[in-house]
Amino acid sequence: MARVGVFICHCGENIARTVDCPSLAAAAARLDGVVHAADYKYMCSDPGQTMVREAIVKHQLTGVVVAACSPRMHERTFRSAAAAAGLNPYLLEMANIREHCSWVHSDKAAATAKALDLLRMMVEKVRRNRALTPIRVPVEPTAMVIGGGIAGIQAALDIAAGGKKVVLVDRSPSIGGHMARLSETFPTLDCSQCILTPRMVEAATHPNITLMTYSEVDAVDGFVGNFEVTIRRKARYVDPAVCTGCGECWAKCPQKKIASEFDAGLGLRAAIYRPFPQAVPNKPVIDAAHCIRLTRGKGCELCRKACPRDAIHFDDADAIQKVKVGAIVLATGFDLWDHAAYGEYGGGRLTDVINGFQFERLASASGPTGGEIRRPSDGQTPKTIVFVQCCGSRDEKQGLPYCSKICCMYTAKHAMLYRHKVHDGRAVVFYMDIRSAGKGYDEFVRRAIEADGAQYVRGRVSRIYRRHDGKLIVRGADTLAGEAVTVEADLVVLADAVRPRAGARPLAQMLGVGSDANGFYSEAHPKLRPVETAAAGVFLAGACQAPKDIPDTVASASACAAKVLGLFAAPQLEREPIVARVNRELCAHCRACIKGCPYGAIEDFEVKDRKGNLVKVVASVNEGLCQGCGTCAAICRSNSIDLDGFTDEQIFAQIATME
Amino acid sequence: MIIGYYPGCSLSGGGIELDLSVKALVGVAGVTLREIDDWNCCGASAAHSTNHDLSVALPYRVLSLAEEQGLEQVVAPCAACFSRLKGTHLRLERSDELARKMADIVGRSYNRTVRVLSLTDFVRLLLAGGLADKLTHKLTGLKVAAYYGCLLSRLPQCTVAEDDIEDAERPTSMDAAIRATGAEPIEWNFATECCGGGLSLSKTDAVVRLSGAILADAKDAGAAAVVTGCPMCHSNLDMRQGAIHAAGLGGSPDALPILYLSELLGLAAGVPPEQLGLNRHFTDAMRLTRGAADEARSAPAAAGGGGS
Repeated sequence: MARVGVFICHCGENIARTVDCPSLAAAAARLDGVVHAADYKYMCSDPGQTMVREAIVKHQLTGVVVAACSPRMHERTFRSAAAAAGLNPYLLEMANIREHCSWVHSDKAAATAKALDLLRMMVEKVRRNRALTPIRVPVEPTAMVIGGGIAGIQAALDIAAGGKKVVLVDRSPSIGGHMARLSETFPTLDCSQCILTPRMVEAATHPNITLMTYSEVDAVDGFVGNFEVTIRRKARYVDPAVCTGCGECWAKCPQKKIASEFDAGLGLRAAIYRPFPQAVPNKPVIDAAHCIRLTRGKGCELCRKACPRDAIHFDDADAIQKVKVGAIVLATGFDLWDHAAYGEYGGGRLTDVINGFQFERLASASGPTGGEIRRPSDGQTPKTIVFVQCCGSRDEKQGLPYCSKICCMYTAKHAMLYRHKVHDGRAVVFYMDIRSAGKGYDEFVRRAIEADGAQYVRGRVSRIYRRHDGKLIVRGADTLAGEAVTVEADLVVLADAVRPRAGARPLAQMLGVGSDANGFYSEAHPKLRPVETAAAGVFLAGACQAPKDIPDTVASASACAAKVLGLFAAPQLEREPIVARVNRELCAHCRACIKGCPYGAIEDFEVKDRKGNLVKVVASVNEGLCQGCGTCAAICRSNSIDLDGFTDEQIFAQIATME
Repeated sequence: MIIGYYPGCSLSGGGIELDLSVKALVGVAGVTLREIDDWNCCGASAAHSTNHDLSVALPYRVLSLAEEQGLEQVVAPCAACFSRLKGTHLRLERSDELARKMADIVGRSYNRTVRVLSLTDFVRLLLAGGLADKLTHKLTGLKVAAYYGCLLSRLPQCTVAEDDIEDAERPTSMDAAIRATGAEPIEWNFATECCGGGLSLSKTDAVVRLSGAILADAKDAGAAAVVTGCPMCHSNLDMRQGAIHAAGLGGSPDALPILYLSELLGLAAGVPPEQLGLNRHFTDAMRLTRGAADEARSAPAAAGGGGS
């Protein structure tokens, strides 16, 4: 005979405001099989959990229903409490009377009635629960980090420092990401390359880290602890094992007028190139789209002839490599939005209207101008630069309702760097708000204004156009002075909005990671699980999750490393025992479930008698692969598959008890 | 093809050249215009700054009449009329409540079936219907600044929604029509700037300043003529040009002809300039017809020194 205990949480006011918890407890006590019912202000707190534990012992409970928040929030909490009191944790269920009831209703009587309905369903379910044991699966203690910017590098180094193996994958020819392109970094103005490049080298030489540059993730199979990732290693046409990076090849390449991605289009590169002189690995690749030999299928080969090591092979092809890993860190970073969508700012046609990355390259000692601020159109030093913050950001019309977070700070930095380099230059910054929360951040902006004389104008820029004499006319509002302003500028720098990387979505779909309305990857909980995702074993580092500056990115990357090392700390992984089970007596071996299983978790199983003679073949579920989705249970024609924890009997009982 | 015609007040007054040239064009294109019988004011300026209901009820009545008279498409060549009619039609499409209210106020029904065309929509329709082949008097070499002002580029839902090719911040809907005449639409900066609009009489100095800047930029960019689709813009740029130059604005003091788009097409179709109303302009536009191409070619050089 079932002995169920019911515990109703007020969640402070969250539930009690709309659900009459004491009367709900009184009603629960009268339900069939319920021997104890109680309500409490914070059931998840220590006294609340103690109530549950003590009641399990005192009333010899065989099942528990906690009516509170979503099981995603606290199921684990209460199941641990049940286990501590000696009850199998899978005999405890949660009725969600917060998200599914109190938060979405306002009529107290109706909400209380609905809460009782939800509660009654869970009581009926728990009466039919079976004790289950977690499934143990082995863990492959190697992590894969996707993206080799500062987020990926930091995560990889921290995991490697913890003694675990890491495979660091980047789709470009070098690791380093956006940070390698920056000039100096806020709020301390230390040189980006000086703090990043040693870490790039460390990542490349660390014995625990395998670097896979110029490589892309094609497919991901498996599950936490046991992923199998298919990597496409793109054809480099240069054998990195033989190449010394001497540079004879790119010196000879006749295709030298290709816009450099690294220099944001302001510099040029050859068809055989390394993205920048400090690249890691410091070996070139051939850009097949621009190489004469590769586009025509014959001719040229000047680089091959020049190569003293015979490292260049035009017959190179993409190679597929499969890697087994236990955890995956996504560190795919961001792109800048293209301001070509702003017709009023020239629609991308004005050469001297550039974005933040382009200014970084102009200000960088390794950039196309050697760190001198010269405008792209004629190489002149601009006497007036207008910086426009929130270009695209916070513009719902462009589908970008969010703040890009980093622009206030880097714009202040740009204004400062410009004034340091061009002493008589005038820096005008148009802003909506200055969002400089962070250690030393507001002081930094004040310094740009007070010490370096950047002229801040609060208001939007309505138009930018190029007058016939070459001046850029910037018209905007000064909303503090209440007047229209026009600035004649030589260069305009737009702080384009931060967007998720191109291709972020298909990768997320491969991994079962969600994306928010803006395309950034969704964390499991915005406050309490900021680097985890809905997919177990997949973590988020850096700006792929939301716009982040370098300190935030590094912090999240290190957090990912802590999570990965925690996951790898045990040799085996416990998994929820919510898996499908085949009744071998009933199974007719129609194989419908095998075809239907999205995880390839069902296989043929030969039933043999004691002498080893084949009796029949049936379907069998691999517990390691099964994700408990229930597809097979729904497909099965002979009704011989059931899902542990969600059996037909339980579900039907829940439905039958609804009023 | 029969197209409904809504001339509004301007086309019999200050904007008569627009009326003349549109009628000349349909003659060439073989299209029949049928004026909406018993039309009334579109509700621009006076009404929509006074009373919101009135500003919707007036165009509602016009649309209702057009529908009743079996007109599926109506061209409103004046940009302000177009904006009122099309904007009202879109509002009614979005709101059944507004439609009921207007039916009650006006005492007429409107089933929201009329397609309202702007001058640029209309010209595009004519060109696609065969007018392009009849533009035999090519204006080759003539550099033209396509000027949209406010109401041919905004409200975006009026000007963009039609075929989704238009960027309200950087409109190009006149470009194809200008190219069809053999003329060349130039790149310039003031295509959507304000001409001063209805301040023409009350704050003439503002109009002189704003329209002056438009003329100056057109000349800087090498334009030999400005093409527009709005009687208000036309009058500010054309009629006030003397005052602008007298104030030392508008770039070089050379006169810059201001044409309606329909006049430009009429010239290319070989319609006598007087029939288009070209002789009625305040700023000499007839010179475009005197060895048009030759003079046009020399114009940019003469207008080189501007900028204010």
